[in-house]
Amino acid sequence: MIHDVDALPAEVDLAIIGAGPAGLAAAATAARQELSVLMLDENPNVGGQIYRAIAANPLPDKTVLGADYWRGEALARDAAASTAQHAAGAIVWSVSRLDGGNEIGVSMAGRSRLIAAREVVLATGALERPFPIPGWTLPGVMSCGGAQTLLKASGLVPDGRMVIAGCGPLLWLIAWQYLNAGATIDAILDTTPRANWVSALPHLPAFLTSPYLSKGLKLMRTVRAKVRIVSGIEALRAEGSEKVEAVVYTKAGREQRIAVDSLLLHQGVVPNINLSNAIGCHHTWDDMQLTWKPETDAWGATSVPGITVAGDGAGIAGAEAAAERGRIAALGVAQRLGKLDTATRDREAAAPRATLARFARGRAFLDTLYRPAKTFRVPQGDTIACRCEEVTAERIRATVPLGATGPNQMKSFLRCGMGPCQGRLCGLTVAELIADVRGVPVEDVGYYRLRPPVKPITLGELASMPKTEASENAVVRV
Amino acid sequence: MFRRLPEAAGDTIAFTINGARFEARAGDTVAAALLAVGITSCRTTPVSGAPRAPYCLMGVCFECLVTIDGVGNRQACLIPVADGMRVETQQGARAIVTEPHA
Amino acid sequence: MIREGTEVAIVGGGLVGAAIAWGLARVGKRVTILDEGDDAFRASRGNFALVWVQSKGLGMAAYAAWSVRSSDAWASLASALKDETSIDVAHQRPGGLMLSLSEDEQERRVAQMRRLHNQPEMIPYPYEVLDQAQTKKLLPDIGPQVAGSIYCPLDGHVNSLKLFRALHAALAARGVLYRPNRPVETIASRDGRFVLSGSWGELRAEKIVLAAGNGNARLAPQVGLHAPVRPQRGQIIVTEKAKPFLNYPLVTVRQTDEGGVMIGDSLEEVGFENVATTPITATMADRAVRMFPMLAGLNVVRTWSALRVMSQDGFPIYDQSETHPGAFLATCHSGVTLAANHAFDIAPQIAAGRLDDALLPFSARRFHVPQAA
Repeated sequence: MIHDVDALPAEVDLAIIGAGPAGLAAAATAARQELSVLMLDENPNVGGQIYRAIAANPLPDKTVLGADYWRGEALARDAAASTAQHAAGAIVWSVSRLDGGNEIGVSMAGRSRLIAAREVVLATGALERPFPIPGWTLPGVMSCGGAQTLLKASGLVPDGRMVIAGCGPLLWLIAWQYLNAGATIDAILDTTPRANWVSALPHLPAFLTSPYLSKGLKLMRTVRAKVRIVSGIEALRAEGSEKVEAVVYTKAGREQRIAVDSLLLHQGVVPNINLSNAIGCHHTWDDMQLTWKPETDAWGATSVPGITVAGDGAGIAGAEAAAERGRIAALGVAQRLGKLDTATRDREAAAPRATLARFARGRAFLDTLYRPAKTFRVPQGDTIACRCEEVTAERIRATVPLGATGPNQMKSFLRCGMGPCQGRLCGLTVAELIADVRGVPVEDVGYYRLRPPVKPITLGELASMPKTEASENAVVRV
Repeated sequence: MFRRLPEAAGDTIAFTINGARFEARAGDTVAAALLAVGITSCRTTPVSGAPRAPYCLMGVCFECLVTIDGVGNRQACLIPVADGMRVETQQGARAIVTEPHA
Repeated sequence: MIREGTEVAIVGGGLVGAAIAWGLARVGKRVTILDEGDDAFRASRGNFALVWVQSKGLGMAAYAAWSVRSSDAWASLASALKDETSIDVAHQRPGGLMLSLSEDEQERRVAQMRRLHNQPEMIPYPYEVLDQAQTKKLLPDIGPQVAGSIYCPLDGHVNSLKLFRALHAALAARGVLYRPNRPVETIASRDGRFVLSGSWGELRAEKIVLAAGNGNARLAPQVGLHAPVRPQRGQIIVTEKAKPFLNYPLVTVRQTDEGGVMIGDSLEEVGFENVATTPITATMADRAVRMFPMLAGLNVVRTWSALRVMSQDGFPIYDQSETHPGAFLATCHSGVTLAANHAFDIAPQIAAGRLDDALLPFSARRFHVPQAA
């Protein structure tokens, strides 16, 4: 493991950004093709989000987290056993084209360096969809994924009164894991729109033959038997002054209040597109998954030569699919770098593609069923839409007629998207708010145009990067 | 409010929060350690002074900003706790002036 | 297909177009602004929010005077906008500085200022050459590499995002129609009026003002005008918010009223390439850290680049068409500084139908261009 920026190789064939399932699988596969590979991840250990702490898990009882989690062990082992290098605590803040290859800005322990890679695989995965309800910024309100990270990496469970709210498979998974760990869940507030059951029905046959069925059913049955579930939630808000004290929900037109110490929210995950956006990759709007995703071909290659996306960052499909896409991406890279001819590449990709197809079956059902309700995606009133700059939904709605017809203009007017998160927690909300006011499809509205650094680096670090005579002349003009 | 599962393994690490001594487990991030000892809010915002706490725990929300060993605005969820680490919660915007002046 | 009519059509909804539109509305004109979409180049987004006088006008004394005039009138602009919209655009004029990081740099900057002030017809304005110790009195946090500075009491800055918001709010309140996603393709004359059209339809107007930035180059000849402008990339670094520490704006470093530090200032000729690049941002960051060493630990939260609208000689172009009376042109690369003049001078003159002779130095005729047919 590389922990120091000076120990990074100056140049590699393939740089993989992200050590989750897609990154790990890509690393092992590419290394087997005799490419020099460097995997960079900002966390201290591999695994990404889903397999967080897989190599250093504090919980001795494997049944708490479940078999699916531990599947990640094989991926981590393969990558570790390969010749691929791993830089831990490595924050990639820029990727740009240079001389037919790529130049990557990496920061480790506050020191930055530029390294070169002929090809780059972005395996930065997904992040949770924002869940803008009134009071969602209060301490004690946390994402389910965040709470799950605390369980996986530190063996922590919420103490006191806890409510989980939202929709999607992760809700049931974490509830199940909490029950295994002996935590008490006061209620699950299921925001799955009733109408989704009807629209998901046509996709049910495929789901019934998919690997998701048995996993999902078992989880849900156990959780339903032990936890109070309230479905048909029409509205939600968190209340409290210095921290969350209660969650108030509306069902069948009536409000109910539950006192809580922790409120965990989740309504699905979306691709993390900040790096692919800043690089200039073309993105399209996926109206089923209600998210932007980079345009990719069958090998994960984007509209920018030398840049490939693998895993959930290319579109949500889950951890097993991510691993297969990582393998496919690596094979594509190996062929482009001359290690494989296309026939061999296609042959090697056959097995991953077959597994991918198996895991793709059933996604349409899950995507349709758990498509979050508009009321929880597109807020009203003084609900905060941009957490960093504390811009409310009503400010954004009122600014559309003033001339902010898209997120970039809106940013100029209200500062939303100008904070350190660079739109990761507000971009989708702001785009959907603008679309809602204008009455146009979200794809017509667009998204923030991002630039490096996609993660903050210090001015000192930036100042230490190489300068040229041209850059000096462009800046010092006297 | 979070509690540690009794079976969770790991060596103990000593660190301070706002000068007071606390313990964490090896492998905890600073964010996890703060939540484990009952710190509900790690900062107040520069814009309005509202209290905030870790939200995503994966480095994308930038809510878990704390001062670590004198350096402000560090993402607590990305930094493992180390022995003797000095963590401070933050109030508003970062102060960087070296000498006080008007 | 849209078919609308108005008194004055302004092509371009950036700072120049918006300031002129507001000025026209204030003198009772009915105005419609035609703007592009969310992903347009928008030079206004790359502004540094300076209301700046010093060092401007080398090569055209009238530009120095024009900048002084706008800086002097800016407080009135700010208070008028506050009265109309309740938005305080945080205009401040504490004076501003240009810092030098070597004796040689300082000598060259001072020589340049002297050349500027020695120009014939130059109306001198106050400025002071400060050595390191004097600079340190104003800026206690400067580093040892700062050799000196030039201070000018007429320099200031503003929160340009609030300015933009205030202008648009004021426009809406005054009934100015703002029409986005209406890029103008052709301008024709019909029945004594102008017809601006694109794929969206057409807008008829008695008068038009071309304030379309780099788009003016293509549109101007259609109404007998000439706008030799080209894009010139500028990059900006923005840091996380910090508690207030910088009391004066510098030409390359300023702290906004919200706390973030903005760092500039670069100039490249790269056509329409709108991306930020590391060597440039590294050079700007390096100079900023040498000016203020304690900035080194501050996090950069984003970089930005935008395409300035640069005329052939770098000075504004204000023109009225001889062949197409009622067609006006306004372009500059200091839309923030000149906003007051645009609102209080240019707009009323356009309303009256004629630009003052005092603006003749800014006509494109100075480029010795033959009149378009």
